[in-house]
Amino acid sequence: MRTDSERARRAKKRKKAIHYLVCSVIAVIMLFPFYWMFTTSLKTYGNVMKFPPQWWPDPITLDNFIQLFSRHNFLRYLWNSFYIAALVSIGVVIVSSLAGYAFAKMRFKGSNVLFLIILSGMMMPIEVTIIPLFIALSDLNLANSHFGLIIQPIFGYCGAFGTFLMRQFFITVPTELIEAGKIDGASHLRIFRKIVLPLASSTIATLVIFTFLQSWNDYLMPLVLLNDSRTYTLPLGLKLFASEMGVEWNLVMAGATFSTLPMLIVFFFAQRKFMESLAMAGLKG
Amino acid sequence: MKSKSKLFDKEQLWGYSFISPMLIGFIVISLLPIIATIVISLTNWAMLNNDVKFIGFENYMKLFNDPLFYKVAKNTFLFTLLLIPSNLVLTLGLASLLRDNFKGVGFFRTAVFTPVVTTVVVWGILWKYIFQTDNGLVNTLLSMINLQGPQWLYNANLAIPVAVFVTLVKGLGLNTVIFIGAMKDVPTMYYEASEIDGASKMRQFFSITLPSIAPSIFLVTIITMIGSLKVFAQIDTLTGGGPGTSSFVFVYYIYQQAFKYYNFGYASAISAVLFCLIVILTIIQWKLRKRWVYHEN
Repeated sequence: MRTDSERARRAKKRKKAIHYLVCSVIAVIMLFPFYWMFTTSLKTYGNVMKFPPQWWPDPITLDNFIQLFSRHNFLRYLWNSFYIAALVSIGVVIVSSLAGYAFAKMRFKGSNVLFLIILSGMMMPIEVTIIPLFIALSDLNLANSHFGLIIQPIFGYCGAFGTFLMRQFFITVPTELIEAGKIDGASHLRIFRKIVLPLASSTIATLVIFTFLQSWNDYLMPLVLLNDSRTYTLPLGLKLFASEMGVEWNLVMAGATFSTLPMLIVFFFAQRKFMESLAMAGLKG
Repeated sequence: MKSKSKLFDKEQLWGYSFISPMLIGFIVISLLPIIATIVISLTNWAMLNNDVKFIGFENYMKLFNDPLFYKVAKNTFLFTLLLIPSNLVLTLGLASLLRDNFKGVGFFRTAVFTPVVTTVVVWGILWKYIFQTDNGLVNTLLSMINLQGPQWLYNANLAIPVAVFVTLVKGLGLNTVIFIGAMKDVPTMYYEASEIDGASKMRQFFSITLPSIAPSIFLVTIITMIGSLKVFAQIDTLTGGGPGTSSFVFVYYIYQQAFKYYNFGYASAISAVLFCLIVILTIIQWKLRKRWVYHEN
């Protein structure tokens, strides 16, 4: 009897060990590309070309990163990407929380139809609307600016998704709360700002993470619209840098590391919220 | 009575004013451009053409006789066909491995999820480096065991599979986390009951887990299909559509026709076809979601 339980315990232990082993192998496979990117960015050109490969850079050099800032304008690209994504996020939160609240809690004629119409924006992604948008922005002399990059996501896919997400949340807010505000004589705008919006902070965080990443990742629109290196965003700047550098992979990987590091750092500090939010957006969006 | 209807009107006005920024923006930024795309697709508009006029469905006739369009459709189909089964098998496996809370599970989930938050362009360029014919990591490792690796990105038969692989690895974490969430919603008493009946883990997975999370699996499949239709940045960074035209996909073809050759009319016809496909899949997605996952309203 005792040996039986001992055997069972041992089998359980072995199972656990195998489980850890499998998970570890997977983690190594998933993270190795990042390790390779980072270590290549610290190598000299000569050592990148070496066979067998250098698994750890020797000597370690920061020259590649210095070139990003001296010969190229990666800091400018970073700023452009950051401020565009920030403005897009703010814009999406404002317009979609207003619309989402109205669709959840206000009665007006045609609200159901109008909600479906706005939701249909999710079927009109930039990939299918870019030609007329490019023509219109060119005619308005706004093609080589960030205007389109900021406005399109707010009222396109992200805004439509945001309206849906915010409405889903606001439906769960008890109507008595709003009625109480009305009895106190507060206006709709005041109730919205002071009572309803603070309740939605978690949903707003989800929407911001989703929207910021969409804008941060955007490649097609900058590629089509921008042709002045001072206006480039990180993805576009990096792509053109990589084409220019060819096989100087030490430089290209330095650019790649620099481009992805800010987002990875933010992600590591808020992993749980990132995963939760993007999974939720992935299912709904 | 009169004052009540007045109050009601004011109430309506508030509603309209709250939705108006989004509604007006949607009309200008999404609805009008979609209509414009369809209208432009009926013209011969091109940058070097001074005589722009309506030509009816000529662009569409041309499209359905265009071998490259069939290649694009075939490539997109192949992309979807390779991506969806491999994605489902791997993410369901990963989700089963990482579902239960054990020491260190957070680290493993984060490791799988990290590519999801990596910029597509960075990811594409990184894998272009890894798949280089000479000096790329994959072929270097192969040569260490005396194998000669193929020209991954410059071989017409391998370009799409490599792009699928790169897309697959990037997206694994997202679907894994979605499935972990779905698996956690399955009542534990199902498992406890089947354990008493002596069911194996394998049996439990196929008889309990899989049927319980079927709605999520269908939704993820549809969403992956829509995503496959819109693939662009990976292709542009990995292969540039090549070699030749062997990895052309919808958005790449639109991009080339519209912004390299400035054939706005023809490119709009391709866009309109893509739009129709997205509409069909999105409507299916909404119908499924309404029926299964969220009991909205």
